[in-house]
Amino acid sequence: MTHVAGIDVGSTYTKAVLLDEGGNIAGRAMCPTGFKLDVAAQITFEQVLSEAGLSQSDVGYTISTGYGRHQVEFRDVTVTSLTSAARGAHWFFPGTRTVLDIGGQTMKASKLDERVKVKSFRLNDKCAAGTGAFLEKTARYMNYSTEEIGPLAASSTVPVEISGVCAVFAESEVINQLTIGSAPSDIMNGAMQSLVGRSLQLMRRVKMEPEYTLIGGIMRFPTMTDVLTEKIGGGVNVPEGDLVQYAGAIGAATLASQRLEKKRGG
Amino acid sequence: MIHVAGVDVGSTQTKAVIIDEEGATLGRSLIDTGADVVKAAENSFALALGDAGLAPDDVSYVIGTGYGRYKVTFGDDQVTEISCHGRGAVHMFPGTRTVIDMGGQDTKAIAVSETGEIVDFCMNDKCAAGTGRFLGAASAALDIPLDDLGPTALRATKPVRISTTCTVFAETEILSWLGKGKKIEDILMGVHQSISSRSIGLLRRVGIDEEVSFTGGVARNLGMVHVLNENLELEMNVSEESHFMGALGAALYAMDRARSAQEAMA
Repeated sequence: MTHVAGIDVGSTYTKAVLLDEGGNIAGRAMCPTGFKLDVAAQITFEQVLSEAGLSQSDVGYTISTGYGRHQVEFRDVTVTSLTSAARGAHWFFPGTRTVLDIGGQTMKASKLDERVKVKSFRLNDKCAAGTGAFLEKTARYMNYSTEEIGPLAASSTVPVEISGVCAVFAESEVINQLTIGSAPSDIMNGAMQSLVGRSLQLMRRVKMEPEYTLIGGIMRFPTMTDVLTEKIGGGVNVPEGDLVQYAGAIGAATLASQRLEKKRGG
Repeated sequence: MIHVAGVDVGSTQTKAVIIDEEGATLGRSLIDTGADVVKAAENSFALALGDAGLAPDDVSYVIGTGYGRYKVTFGDDQVTEISCHGRGAVHMFPGTRTVIDMGGQDTKAIAVSETGEIVDFCMNDKCAAGTGRFLGAASAALDIPLDDLGPTALRATKPVRISTTCTVFAETEILSWLGKGKKIEDILMGVHQSISSRSIGLLRRVGIDEEVSFTGGVARNLGMVHVLNENLELEMNVSEESHFMGALGAALYAMDRARSAQEAMA
């Protein structure tokens, strides 16, 4: 019972993280969520255990988060994605005051106080144009896969203007751009610029202040974080590599370790 | 004998109609618009000419309408699809005061006068929810041809409630209902209900005056007709030619022009 687990069941991917007694990452795993959320949670948990060389009995406390958090049958408690994102961002960068979290089907901006509590937040989960799905659709319209989004945008020279009003209407826009000879890389970069515009609107509505921490699956695309950093102007933190995707699971795990301590103390 | 044509280049399909002085249809065609919009306009006109047994020179005036109306390079003039649908609907159903035009990417509510002039209109221009694309998403997610969606939905016994507004997210929601074991007909009825409530919202903004005529490609869907009639508590005028209404309206405007040109010469 030395370790704790955080399971983040997102709309697109499920992430699991194990922390050891020192609060260090002992293992992490990620699987596509699919439509059986309980199964995705179970498989990802088994995977992270095997990666860390641990068994279920080594895990003293488990917290689930994300949109499928209630489907995680083996959890002790659940926390909202906003709470886990705040904790995760703080774990990476203790000075975090504003968190921008963009996933496959949501975009969330929240402002934190000194005690890592969420003071205010704004979210979009109603319209795909403000989420990762917009980039995925844009790529799909040009016959590129999700994996190719990052490299494609990175090879752009001059981004074209994409209105970003609707992920469905983007199809005609993308086709028109291709017809007039625009490069797929510049179109992809344009789609990211439009997503950045939407992110800034959301962040302004929570009265953003530094330090800013960017997390969520979409932040694994360097173009996205580069453009955001440039537009925000400074004080921007980004967890390294694919760790951006694990911020929610890490946040849930840090809360789990507090709970475990309390349980032991009591 | 004067012959004129209307070419309606829609986001999804291109329609051409050739009429005589009596307003009777001599020939018509319907093809997919595809990426080459200019070609689609040319091809559909050529097919309508073939259908009517006429040569291009027999047609004295051509009007382009629809989102690609400026790509009808052989056309004499352009008229918006809102005017054309109003004119076409009043020609076919003289009692029409309100038109609901549901196409591949947009839905329009149009209030018309007795003479077919536009009094007011309202359309979705920022979001694809409540348009034919919502059905397209259902067709793709469930792997059912578009033409079978309506008849399948009419077999529903316990319709599900589709909660997402966004067409992109609806695809995911449809699959998750399927994963939960819901019947295809019940899911599809939910999809039709969702489109209906969005379109009735548009209709309310222009006012619902009887008679109401239903035009555009989606008017061919019997399930959609049934659900709208039920929710509006009235019987809409629906013609088997509903999807040609824009092209017919354009042809009627073309006839006005051809006549006044002839009078000017005489």
